[in-house]
Amino acid sequence: MPVKIRYFAWVREKTGKAEEVLDLPPDIETVADLMTWLKALGPEYAEAFARSDVIRAAIDQAHVKPTASLAGAREIAFFPPVTGG
Amino acid sequence: MSVRVQREDFDVGAEVRRLAAGRTDIGAIVTFTGMVRSENDGRGIAGMTLEHYPGMTESELARVEAEAGKRWPLQASLIVHRIGALNPGDNIVLVVTASAHREAAFAAAEFLMDYLKASAPFWKKERGADGAERWVEARHSDDQAAERWARRQ
Repeated sequence: MPVKIRYFAWVREKTGKAEEVLDLPPDIETVADLMTWLKALGPEYAEAFARSDVIRAAIDQAHVKPTASLAGAREIAFFPPVTGG
Repeated sequence: MSVRVQREDFDVGAEVRRLAAGRTDIGAIVTFTGMVRSENDGRGIAGMTLEHYPGMTESELARVEAEAGKRWPLQASLIVHRIGALNPGDNIVLVVTASAHREAAFAAAEFLMDYLKASAPFWKKERGADGAERWVEARHSDDQAAERWARRQ
């Protein structure tokens, strides 16, 4: 299924792109699965997701945990812990 | 109840006047203004850039504001957060809460800031006095500040 993936802050800088549309294999079921799959896409992804334990995710613009299901997701975002305020 | 994300500066006095205009039910207004400092963790700061997640930012701020409205009797509230390039001394964020009495206004303002810092998708990149840039790391104490409100639910 084609899904829009967005990257912010240092995750964006390391992948070298702000967003892309990727066709995910059907066995990618959770956010954690997706991070593992992205890591194998190339050295820039491996670098971006090396600290995958600190990277946060959102599905359709709502915070989710790594165990969250991707079923029905239109937009998935990866970013560092937020630092606003 | 409203939230705004903007590049432009804000005028605290003008925002408070607009929020209270024509109201006679407000007895207390609390404002919090966050500003850029010229020093962070012992390092000189020349400026910073604030990035955000358009769309999600507004919905997270609205969610946090709605949660405050459920917990305290607020007559009005406002969150304004700036994005883009900022310099030391510049305003970053404004929170205004209005209630009949001070307790709710003080508590809701603190809650809004704690929750905003923990959940609104903003990221700060600092530029040091030496020209080196670095992403600001999240503070554990900010998560703890938000968690103490969760325990009170």
